[in-house]
Amino acid sequence: MKCEEVAERLSAFQDDELDPVTSREIERHLDGCASCAEALGRMMELSERLREEAPYYRAPDSLRARVSQAAWSGASRGRATARPRMGVRGRGWLAAAAAVLAVAGGTWIFSSLQGQAGFASIEREVVSSHVRSLMANHLMDVASTDQHTVKPWFNGKLDFSPPVTDFAASGYPLIGGRLDYLRGHSVAALVYQRRQHVINVFVWPDERATGAAGAPRTLQGYHVIHETHAGTTYWIVSDLNPEELSAFAKLLVAALR
Amino acid sequence: MTHEERPEATGPERHLSARELDRFNECVLPYLDAAHNLARYLLRDGHEAEDAVQDAFLRAIRYFDGFRGGDGRAWLLSIVRNTCFTRLRDRSASRENVEFVEEIHTTGEESPGPDVELERKAATQSVREGLDRLAAEFREVLVLRELEGLSYKEIAQVSGVPIGTVMSRLARGRKQLLGALRPKAPEEKG
Repeated sequence: MKCEEVAERLSAFQDDELDPVTSREIERHLDGCASCAEALGRMMELSERLREEAPYYRAPDSLRARVSQAAWSGASRGRATARPRMGVRGRGWLAAAAAVLAVAGGTWIFSSLQGQAGFASIEREVVSSHVRSLMANHLMDVASTDQHTVKPWFNGKLDFSPPVTDFAASGYPLIGGRLDYLRGHSVAALVYQRRQHVINVFVWPDERATGAAGAPRTLQGYHVIHETHAGTTYWIVSDLNPEELSAFAKLLVAALR
Repeated sequence: MTHEERPEATGPERHLSARELDRFNECVLPYLDAAHNLARYLLRDGHEAEDAVQDAFLRAIRYFDGFRGGDGRAWLLSIVRNTCFTRLRDRSASRENVEFVEEIHTTGEESPGPDVELERKAATQSVREGLDRLAAEFREVLVLRELEGLSYKEIAQVSGVPIGTVMSRLARGRKQLLGALRPKAPEEKG
């Protein structure tokens, strides 16, 4: 093979996208041709620079929220006739939550938490709820940095009393709370902040859920940590980096003891 | 100027079933970052890239029943790149056609400063700038190959061109980019 022919194919050779026969021919040529070998070196260096130096433009959170919302609202509108109370924009779901509570009475249990499949789908719902909460006017029903304001706010709205602690001293201030709606049940959502990142903590009683605070899992670009303590389950969701989110989870669990 | 007809933009809204939403969240949504990165390089403008990605997602939702499983990334990215190229065409129709000029201008000589940190920053700039000066078709294949790690087959699927075209675009794109970056080479060795 001549140098010109090699030069034409070096790029594909580097990407390992040539057929084996052509590849071997080029290898043989490179063994004996310093200038083509050097050209290959420059091209490999270019790839390295592109990977290391060219910025990777991740989607901003606002776009992520808009896109998730678009998918979700299409879906929710599609289901509107089946479940008219699932309106997310209005406050209809508050009434719906109250109705469900009245019917359910006592402590309800997430029966599908048993299997892995159910677990994964709760994880997805938790992330969807987190994303929805980032929409305008949906993050908080009670905006307060005072745990003594947030905790009583849940009284009469839920049949359990979520533990509420402010971690401002550790850099995770409580900023509010709201009622959220998961799997047809109302749950407490506590909202914390770390710099510009929002952390949602979804809390509900679940006698059957057990421990296993694993490493944060990543779903749709969000990190999710699951904790349980004394018959209560906690789902922690944020776009905050996994290390700081884990540190937050540790604080939360420590406060429960 | 005349606007290209885009009937899908005014088509009826489509609703995803609960099951479709799950599949959408699993197969398509995870590639939002890749979608945004590609749009950002193609359009070279942050706001326009966000708009285009949002448009592309609305189309993806509308045509989700056309997605028969398989490679959700390639499927989404092809919608994104089509949205971006339509915008580039609209843009060049309304002003001078600058997108498809295939020649690139080498960056001016920059004197190597003593500050290493500064040099690194300057070098980063020039890789991005070098990319920005390439024709959109070359930026596209380089971003998909180098930043997303797609195979030629996948790139062909995204761009809607034969694999041979992907191959030659990558070769030409790299050659042009190397030309643009040559003034930086001595620093790398030093």
